[in-house]
Amino acid sequence: MSAAQLIAACLALPLAGAAGIALAGSRPNLRESVTLATAALLFACVLGLLPKVLAGGVPQLFVLEMLPGIALGFRVEPLGMLFALIASGLWIVNSVYSIGYMRANEEPHQTRFYVCFALALAATLGIAFSANLLTLFLFYEMLTLVTWPLVTHHGDDKARAGGRVYLGILIGTSIVFLLPAIIATWALAGTLDFTPGGILQGKASGTVIGGLLALYMFGIGKAALMPFHRWLPAAMVAPTPVSALLHAVAVVKAGVFAVVKVIVYVFGVDALAGVRAADWLPTVAGFTIVAASIVALRSDNLKRRLAYSTVSQLSYVVLAAALLTPVSVTAAALHIAAHAFGKITLFFAAGAIYTAAHKTEVSQLDGIGRRMPWTMGAFAVGAISMVGLPPAAGFLSKWFLLTAVLEAGQWMALAVVAASTLLNAAYFAPIVYRAFLRPAAARGEAHGEAPLPMVAALTATAALTVALFFYPDLALALARATAGG
Amino acid sequence: MLEHLPALQVVVPLAAAPLIVLLRRPRVAWLLASAAALFAFVAALVLAAEVASTGAISYHLGSWPPPWGIEYRVDALSAFVLVLVAGVGAVVMPYAWRSIPAELPRDQHYLFYALQCLCLAGLLGMTITGDAFNVFVFMEVASLSMYVLIALGRDRRALLAAYQYLILGTIGATFYVIGVGLLYLLTGTLNIADLAQRLPELAGSRPALAALAFITVGVSLKLALFPLHLWLPNAYAYAPSVVTAFLAATATKVSVYVLLRFYFGVFGARQVVESLPVTGILIGLSVVAIVTASLVALWQADFKRLLAYSSVAQIGYITLGIGIANESGLTATVLHLFNHGVTKGALFLLVGGIALRAGGAGFEQLRGLGRAMPLTSLGITLAGLSLIGVPGTAGFISKWYLVLGALQAGQWWLAALVVATSLIAVAYVWRFVEAAYLSAPDERSAPAGEAPRVMLIASWLAVGACFWFGIDTAYTVEGARRAALFMLGGLP
Repeated sequence: MSAAQLIAACLALPLAGAAGIALAGSRPNLRESVTLATAALLFACVLGLLPKVLAGGVPQLFVLEMLPGIALGFRVEPLGMLFALIASGLWIVNSVYSIGYMRANEEPHQTRFYVCFALALAATLGIAFSANLLTLFLFYEMLTLVTWPLVTHHGDDKARAGGRVYLGILIGTSIVFLLPAIIATWALAGTLDFTPGGILQGKASGTVIGGLLALYMFGIGKAALMPFHRWLPAAMVAPTPVSALLHAVAVVKAGVFAVVKVIVYVFGVDALAGVRAADWLPTVAGFTIVAASIVALRSDNLKRRLAYSTVSQLSYVVLAAALLTPVSVTAAALHIAAHAFGKITLFFAAGAIYTAAHKTEVSQLDGIGRRMPWTMGAFAVGAISMVGLPPAAGFLSKWFLLTAVLEAGQWMALAVVAASTLLNAAYFAPIVYRAFLRPAAARGEAHGEAPLPMVAALTATAALTVALFFYPDLALALARATAGG
Repeated sequence: MLEHLPALQVVVPLAAAPLIVLLRRPRVAWLLASAAALFAFVAALVLAAEVASTGAISYHLGSWPPPWGIEYRVDALSAFVLVLVAGVGAVVMPYAWRSIPAELPRDQHYLFYALQCLCLAGLLGMTITGDAFNVFVFMEVASLSMYVLIALGRDRRALLAAYQYLILGTIGATFYVIGVGLLYLLTGTLNIADLAQRLPELAGSRPALAALAFITVGVSLKLALFPLHLWLPNAYAYAPSVVTAFLAATATKVSVYVLLRFYFGVFGARQVVESLPVTGILIGLSVVAIVTASLVALWQADFKRLLAYSSVAQIGYITLGIGIANESGLTATVLHLFNHGVTKGALFLLVGGIALRAGGAGFEQLRGLGRAMPLTSLGITLAGLSLIGVPGTAGFISKWYLVLGALQAGQWWLAALVVATSLIAVAYVWRFVEAAYLSAPDERSAPAGEAPRVMLIASWLAVGACFWFGIDTAYTVEGARRAALFMLGGLP
């Protein structure tokens, strides 16, 4: 297949899969087979694009002109390739996990769940491959809308309230900040194409650039910069597979991915550094990192703690991008990958605990590691990656981030990274400690591990987290190419 | 025959009306009305294609050359509006096949179809004519049939709504005709092209300003510009479903078109924008319309009324574009005429299905609708996205140009207002979604199954159009831009 056909297949496959899932709705086994087959095919198509991108090519697909001069078009550059690989690859693992989780918990509306999931992947791939801001915005909004039924899956008052916050913040920020920023960019630059070096240099004064940057950074609500982070903990009312793939990987990474894209390809790293318009951004990101870690430390609910940990980790990417050096951009791209594997493992573990033991709070986890050694072992690996210790993927991106921070002489950023590493350790270590070293509180609990598909999935992602540490070449190559190296 | 197409565009639906009254049989009436509507749609498409390839068409009625005779004029702007009006007119007919028998007694069917044809003819006539007085004549044809169409509503309150509209609509028409009379006194002509040539030398004179003011107020009543919108919510809420959908998609839009015609085709952009505070007033009123009507919509207990108030707000966006008065702003106005017509048409058609099955569209009847009427609910949600202006939908395209126009005019606060108020639209569409999907159904008023198939097909055609014109915008954007350039060129 040609590159353009592969791109079209990447977008069409999950859509066709969604239709197939809907049609097979009354036969669960067939339906789940459709999901798995779609996920596998999608990953194969994404992999098919990889050699071309690694060879320095930029596969393209132009569909039509949505507005005069602005196409609905796709271009696969290294960062998008990385993001697409992560999202589509983890979809396979997540589907296996979903099947175990949804069946074991006897969740209702499973057909709707799998349909929306496939649609969410289509939107994610659209974001990853978008050639310009309008295409990105189109799929960005689509992703918000198709994940809403997943967040409100249970349909009760809690889901309704969570859904309100979710949609309110994500749609609100994107309409009120992001859309005007895109239109203003169009008015100033006359193009919306992602271009190496940016499209805005010399087109506006430093003040206007600074204002636009602020609109973008807060408009991309999916990146969860404070004070627009509340949607992420609110989204935790969803079934855990949703929290795992979408609210630890696809949706939130779409946010920070868009942030990096905008900084690198719209403003231009050098242009932005030249007018010093981004000087405030490390402070906001740093504040988010520390504040979210503190909230995580104080949360007893496991999924809420993980959600705030995600908020904090997302701002690592923003902080790295905001340092505006080649190494820092590499760190940002790398952290998108590193965090994905670790965090999905943690959520998988949380879901497994809920399924097997019906426990949701950290304080209930005493001694659970002995009953669920695989799950809690994987959890420990994820936690190590979050803190940024070897031999886990988190160490890699943190290494690059620290290098960039030292190069830039940003002492505030250094302090933030140091403080947050300590905080990360402070909220993850007790969980692992409780699970393995404390005696179980209640006697006679007769649960073991969660169903096999779930355990297999979380073991796989834990293995990937470690593998990325030992074999970082591919991710590193794509991340470096993003930074123009 | 092709050369007489501009006349046939109006004459065919006009002639169908008395024929329907003579034949009376409901099925025959439906067939005739559908044939006339379909013909009008095809004619509009052919005319639009011709205008796009060869430029404006001038047709002299009865071979009386202007300015003595009546001229029909099809240009970039009027062709665009003709396609919208005739298109909606054609789409609602299959819908009427099922919805009219459900809502009207059998002996009134032929009346509905006759009036529908008259109304269509009136609206098409207002659009196509190049004669200021002829606009008034067709305005009355359209309005009088609308009053009766609204009064056909099942609810007794429909009578009061029609009466309100009758009074206000007549005042509007009177204001309009006073304005036209003043222009005639000043220039001695009623032909729009002729008026445009003779008016510049009289620019700024008191009678010319008075004419502008009378016409503005008169037409604003017809297009329901805040605070002259009071007739609209009741009229939309109590009219038969198919009438609401048709009126919401076309009637106010044609009035906006008349206003555009007078502002940019007769008085000229320069006089309207520079010598009078018209644009300032329009911006002010539009802003108030958008904010207050959106907020009022949010608190309605009935979904049909909610949509009616939303229309008032959306008309605010349309007139805001006129107030901004640059190329992007006017493009937004013309685009939103079309895009909002399609969107609101789809919504009202779908709500008609709910009213049919659940006996009304109050929010308590919408509870659990996602289960009982899945296709209708999904359609409303999707068309609602277009109402909000989510990318990929028609509404987004209009909003894009409106915000762009505001930014290019340096009015960034208007851009902020436009995006901020679309959040209110998010909230009221959301109310529907929560009621339909996240509320347990009310046992007493649970709807009995999905709407009839033809009604669903017609509605989903409109829903599809909301997305089609949001992705492939070649036709709408190009048409609207040409219309905008043409208006700013000051040509008639």
